[in-house]
Amino acid sequence: MSYENLSIFEQDFWDINNALNRLLTSTNATALLLVDKAGQMITSVGNTTNVDLVSFGSLAAADFAATSQLALLIGEDEFTELFHQGKHENIYITIVLSRIILVVIFGKTTNLGLIRVRIKTSVAELEKIFKNIFSKLNSNAPRVKETFNDDFKKAAESELDDLFK
Amino acid sequence: MSVINYSSREITFKIVYYGTGLGGKTTNLKVIYNKVSPDQKGKMISLATEMDRTLFFDFLPMDIGSVKGFKTKFQLYTVPGQIYYNASRKLILKGVDGIVFVADSQVERFEDNIESIDNLLENLQEHNLKIEDIPFVLQYNKRDLPNISSLDDLQKSINPWNVPYFEAVATQGIGVFETLKAVSKMILQRL
Repeated sequence: MSYENLSIFEQDFWDINNALNRLLTSTNATALLLVDKAGQMITSVGNTTNVDLVSFGSLAAADFAATSQLALLIGEDEFTELFHQGKHENIYITIVLSRIILVVIFGKTTNLGLIRVRIKTSVAELEKIFKNIFSKLNSNAPRVKETFNDDFKKAAESELDDLFK
Repeated sequence: MSVINYSSREITFKIVYYGTGLGGKTTNLKVIYNKVSPDQKGKMISLATEMDRTLFFDFLPMDIGSVKGFKTKFQLYTVPGQIYYNASRKLILKGVDGIVFVADSQVERFEDNIESIDNLLENLQEHNLKIEDIPFVLQYNKRDLPNISSLDDLQKSINPWNVPYFEAVATQGIGVFETLKAVSKMILQRL
């Protein structure tokens, strides 16, 4: 069964953010977003003040998923990169370990060529971090159980009851 | 597959509303959107056709607040119900934590419900998932209409697992929150 939670602990989270910040600096991009394939935002760096990150994550994952299906229709496994060009801002999307979507938002302060070159190192770094995260998923189960214990469940249920009053 | 971020202390779950075309999935989300307070919801996104039929999905993020120090969020998706949009339906099921099946109670839609449930099982299988392993509830919608199937008939045909079910009139908000609350609690229980 492929059901599992994606737990990201503190050290891994900071390693991810550091890798993203290095890429942000070396490319001079506007912002970087990391989204899981189900559409949930993992983290972001850079200037995202005017971006609805939750919506963006959901749509980026849908974009990538729909384009992957187009790839299948012409005999490709998936398109490993997507590029959307706008008047002022552009989006470049690539995939990490076939499971995590890396989005670069950039404007006129940089260019696609530079991003393509710089992102290779960052993807390699992120792959290493996520391999480590995925390898720990089973051994993390007890910590997940401990965090989301009966007290948590009761409190969350009570919040749900209040929400729908 | 919920995403748990221990650093930002956030947990996010994905709930998918499944069912036949014009069964009321989008209406469920609209009712929720309209009733939940602004600080507990995000922007509702509908990728729909000009005729207001769901083309890819509807999306509604909800934030139930901080629970024991963890920001707890639910993301609600609908799938397009029309038969020929199966590729899209399959994509939306990726990483699902809980499913609401919205059945259209009208007699003339009886077989469509069965086909849609079969389609759900097939698509889950492609993600290596079994319905028995996922928090799953049924909603029998449109109970206010005159020509509807009996609960007994509906239960026999589309609920062999005997999962929790709710009668609803989504256009009037009846049964909408009960359904969402039930699936959300089931998701929390299986954490």
